Amino acid sequence: MVLADFFQWLQTPGLTHFLLISGILFSLGVFAILTRRNAIMVLMGIELVLNAANINFLAFSRFTTGTLDGHVFAIFVIILAAAEAAIALAIILNIFQNFNSVNIDEINQLKD
Amino acid sequence: MVDQALLSLAKFLPEITLAITFCLALLVGVIFRSRPRLSMWVALLGVVVSIALTIREMGITESVFSGMIAVDPFATFFKLIVGSSAIFIFLFSLYSAEVLSTMKRLVEYSSLLVAMTLGMYLMVGATNLLMMVLSIELTGLSSYVLAGYTKEASDSSEASLKYIIYGALSTGLMLYGISILFGLTGGAMDIYAINRALVTSPVNPIALLVASLLIIAGLGYKISAVPFHFWTPDVYEGAPITITAFLSVASKAAGFAMLIRFFKIAFIDSSAVGLPAGIWITLQGFEWNKIIAILSVLTMTLGNLVAVWQNNLKRLLAYSSIAHAGYMLMGLAILSDKGIAAVLIYFVVYMFMNLGAFYVVMLVSNKTGSEDIDSYKGLGFRSPFIGVSMVIFFISLAGLPPTAGFIGKLFIFASLLDAKWIWLAVVGAINSVISLYYYVRVVRNMFLRDPDENSGPLKFSVPEIVLLLLLVVPTLLFGLYYSPIVDFANASARMLGVH
Repeated sequence: MVLADFFQWLQTPGLTHFLLISGILFSLGVFAILTRRNAIMVLMGIELVLNAANINFLAFSRFTTGTLDGHVFAIFVIILAAAEAAIALAIILNIFQNFNSVNIDEINQLKD
Repeated sequence: MVDQALLSLAKFLPEITLAITFCLALLVGVIFRSRPRLSMWVALLGVVVSIALTIREMGITESVFSGMIAVDPFATFFKLIVGSSAIFIFLFSLYSAEVLSTMKRLVEYSSLLVAMTLGMYLMVGATNLLMMVLSIELTGLSSYVLAGYTKEASDSSEASLKYIIYGALSTGLMLYGISILFGLTGGAMDIYAINRALVTSPVNPIALLVASLLIIAGLGYKISAVPFHFWTPDVYEGAPITITAFLSVASKAAGFAMLIRFFKIAFIDSSAVGLPAGIWITLQGFEWNKIIAILSVLTMTLGNLVAVWQNNLKRLLAYSSIAHAGYMLMGLAILSDKGIAAVLIYFVVYMFMNLGAFYVVMLVSNKTGSEDIDSYKGLGFRSPFIGVSMVIFFISLAGLPPTAGFIGKLFIFASLLDAKWIWLAVVGAINSVISLYYYVRVVRNMFLRDPDENSGPLKFSVPEIVLLLLLVVPTLLFGLYYSPIVDFANASARMLGVH
């Protein structure tokens, strides 16, 4: 019975569904940032966090406000993510030339 | 719509100047390939012009570009702080061995510094969530690159990697917080509209708390408040000294301006009546100022306690700048115009003393190639003027009279006592005492230890000394004659749309 209710709930997508997805995506992103040792993986985690915010913006825009503000915000966030990725990859390339590794645990010359 | 945008342009001249300067600096670099220094002069000139245009905007209170940016005394004040520190940084760069060693990339260096300044000019005036995010990113993206400017040095590239990872993470957290706030307030992007929405229809307090904590994570990273400070020591140590100095003063100032404006406008109860003049209260059921007070205690205590163990002077100054952010946060926590004015006074003072301390570190590292505290042994005898200047900056940073640092602390503590936050004042005072210990440790090395056997006196050129005087004199002068900065700060504590 509970399962039937759940499927019923799944079939009528509303704001909650999208917020749930974005919450999961956000948590996965933070998890990747905290646990991954490869700098590129950490960057991918950051992209997940940004996209979770995008889903929130779009969902709120569609279900509560009815304006395009959220869409505009999301487009800007996508552009920001691209700019950030470009610069981050350039920096990681430079790190690889200096350290021969992109493992963030091995890049720790600066310490107390 | 078009008319309004055109009218707004007239109030947007400092930013336009910087945007043009950015392009010009790049162009000049391409055309005059053999003279990379030329683009630095172009950039310097552009920043000077933008400051002149900012001074012309003094006293104006207006909203431009349909509520995207506010041009008000508060923003003007911070633009002047950011602009003047940018000028100092350009002048430092002319004598920095580290920057000049990579002469070929001087064009990028100067144009990115201008872009960073532009980002900060936008940060201090942003009154729209989208504008806030974009300006933080403009500042951030330029500074990530600049932190790794001497890219052959592994320290520098490590600093830039750490900076961008922490920076991107905190922007991500902040954006997620903003998206929740956006939904809670029914699609409000303007911070005034957010305030109206929150005052008229109360929202779920837990969701509001989560959203604002995530936003504090983003802004706290900019001002390096504990627990968002992890990048600060590494980036400050690894980045070129000129960039470190710029980050510690201008970037922090812009972050503070945005933090104060956002919290003061979005999260105060603007419908409250019968309050004494200059006092505001938080929204019902959401006491964000308690969060700020806790952050401030953590920030100054951790900054000061960890600074005690540092042996690298840049790293020591990094922790000291974390501690100073803590002192300044106290001014926001007490919710009064007096507290905000005290923060502004502190920033004027902080700019001179902190830039000065970093400049001395740069001069010494130009000659000795080291930033270690041990390399400062007997500096007072090897170069008496530099030694004495450093002592003045350190006395000021510790907050002792007769220097400007004392005045800054005095006004913060006076506003705390005024608002009856005695316990916070006591914590702040204890912290000042702790900070004295590590500053004195360096001074002892400079004056009470003999220099190494084979080290002769250090000679500095006349322009270098003049530049140092430009920082030492205000640090001393504002300690004795402080009424101009106090008046200026009081006049600048006014924001668009707040009575």
